[in-house]
Amino acid sequence: MAQVEIGFEAPAVDWWVLTPQIVLVGAALGLLLVASLTPRALPGWASTAASIATGGAVAIVAAVQWGEWGPASRSTLNDAFVSDGFSLLLTVLVGAGVVMTALVAHSALDRYGMAPPEFAALLLASAAGAVVMAGANDLIVLFLGLESLSIALYVLIALAGRRASARESAMKYFVLGAFSSAFFLYGIALVYGSTGSTNLSGIGGFLFGSIRETDYLLLVGIALLLVGLGFKVAAVPFHFWAPDVYEGAPSPVTGYLASIAKAAGFAALARVLYVAVAEQSDAWAPILVGLAFATLGVGAVMAICQNDVKRMLAYSSISHAGFVLVGLSAVVGSGGESAQWLVRVAGEASRVVTYGTAGGGDAVSSAVFYLVAYSFMALGSFAVLSVVGAELRSPEADASAHALSRYGGLARRRPVLALAFTVLLLAQAGVPLTAGFVAKLEVIRAAIDASGYVLAAVAMVTAVVSAFAYLRVVLAMYAPEVSANDDDSAPAARAGRPRWGGLPLTSVFAISLAVAVTVVVGVLPQTLLEWSRDAVLAIVP
Amino acid sequence: MSGLEVTTGWYLTLGAMLFLIGGTGLLVRRNPLIMLMCVELMLNGVNLSFIAFADRFGDVHGHTVVLFVLVVAAAEVVVGLGLVVAVLRASPRATADDLSALKG
Repeated sequence: MAQVEIGFEAPAVDWWVLTPQIVLVGAALGLLLVASLTPRALPGWASTAASIATGGAVAIVAAVQWGEWGPASRSTLNDAFVSDGFSLLLTVLVGAGVVMTALVAHSALDRYGMAPPEFAALLLASAAGAVVMAGANDLIVLFLGLESLSIALYVLIALAGRRASARESAMKYFVLGAFSSAFFLYGIALVYGSTGSTNLSGIGGFLFGSIRETDYLLLVGIALLLVGLGFKVAAVPFHFWAPDVYEGAPSPVTGYLASIAKAAGFAALARVLYVAVAEQSDAWAPILVGLAFATLGVGAVMAICQNDVKRMLAYSSISHAGFVLVGLSAVVGSGGESAQWLVRVAGEASRVVTYGTAGGGDAVSSAVFYLVAYSFMALGSFAVLSVVGAELRSPEADASAHALSRYGGLARRRPVLALAFTVLLLAQAGVPLTAGFVAKLEVIRAAIDASGYVLAAVAMVTAVVSAFAYLRVVLAMYAPEVSANDDDSAPAARAGRPRWGGLPLTSVFAISLAVAVTVVVGVLPQTLLEWSRDAVLAIVP
Repeated sequence: MSGLEVTTGWYLTLGAMLFLIGGTGLLVRRNPLIMLMCVELMLNGVNLSFIAFADRFGDVHGHTVVLFVLVVAAAEVVVGLGLVVAVLRASPRATADDLSALKG
């Protein structure tokens, strides 16, 4: 047996760069340890406080790191992980998402029969996965982040397993999540087989530095990566799991799924496409545009067909993913072959692309802006659903818990809550003076800059179509009530929990935060726009 | 040995076949446990491809990837089995078709 000398040198570790992940994982493990060692059950507020403190700490650490090296990037672990403006902005978003989810879940854990320490630990573990995904510069690290996020989420939904709908939701999410992960992994294998590397920058450098014939292995690999990530962000036609899973999952978890899990998926998608396989954009740009068309259309049309508010929001989440895809695909229009493809889509084959000035970064930054804005709207909306769900149903009632008819007269019973929900819904519809309007405007402008006129037109039409779905809910809330026994539907305030007007204070705070962000970003979008532009400098120069 | 030489391509083909068999099985089988096994089959098909590529490149990286995948697959199975047990405990003899309350 010949001895093979394999020199091994541990890669240098930049601990400061890895601090957000370490804080999240450390807090999750610490919480589990403390919870299992203390003789009596840990009080619910302790777990919630721990999640909020950890989420806040992560956001602050990322903000400090942003101040330290800004949009520039700093890599560690042999270039397997980078911390740049893009990952830092998403890390701040993940931190905020953890804080809001913990706030909303605090009053709901009892109702769903979820153990507080386990919930908090899983939430933090999944957040760690999301942060890893945002900054992964190696396909394997990306896969590990994806799995940490997904596996924690399967359990997070299954924690409410007392309900049949949650069990079904968790099982469906697991089967399709595992299925898509396998596709993603096979994509990694084929890209590795074709380029000899799993490092995103390495793949990018290899592809740009070599002249090859059409490499089908690579193309199939890229397609499989797109399928895998398409499942994660619920892009049509890989969206079938989303409505069922969103509906069956506990509302606080659904908010987290629709915002943070989706944002992490899109972060991974952007980084893979623009750092690793940008050279092959002629191959994937048409697929991405096709996904954007399908996602916009199906999301909007299905949303107006729903009679269940939660399910409607699930489909609307799909249509929002379509808008992000528009932003991500618009970048390729700003130059080269693929621009001509977009022009052909636009039916203007004669038109010469002259948008040299519209940098590709603008399009991706519009997608990032959309993600951040939508995340807060989704977190807020599902927080409202969680609060309303607590009022409307007995603990074990599953079916049609969020039927549209049950939202009738909400404005009279809960004027402030209905107003907050209205603001969040109108923001999702893209009404001016809300973050949703600026986000949609930016994305559509990016598409027009890239001469994707049909794409922009379809985006605008679907925005109008899905506005109908939101307005239906708003109208139902403000409509005069038909049934008269609404006094019974609000149970007495549960003892031992601070409530405000009968509502759990933590949820009220989370909803206010979401509404505040939505309105402030809508009125003064400049700061977030600049942050988004800085953020994408690292991946789309 | 005859003139038949087993090249990397063979392993890649086998890996692709395992992946396809697993994927098809996941879609057509209704027993939750079998579906779980099909996921494993898909992942092992990928593992075989990684090793085949690593062998072709003479690169240790592909081998290390397999170790990571094995760990992830183990974690996934733990969660998957837990979910299957939770579902089956609530309704013994349940198949994937029984999980169809959520639709629309």
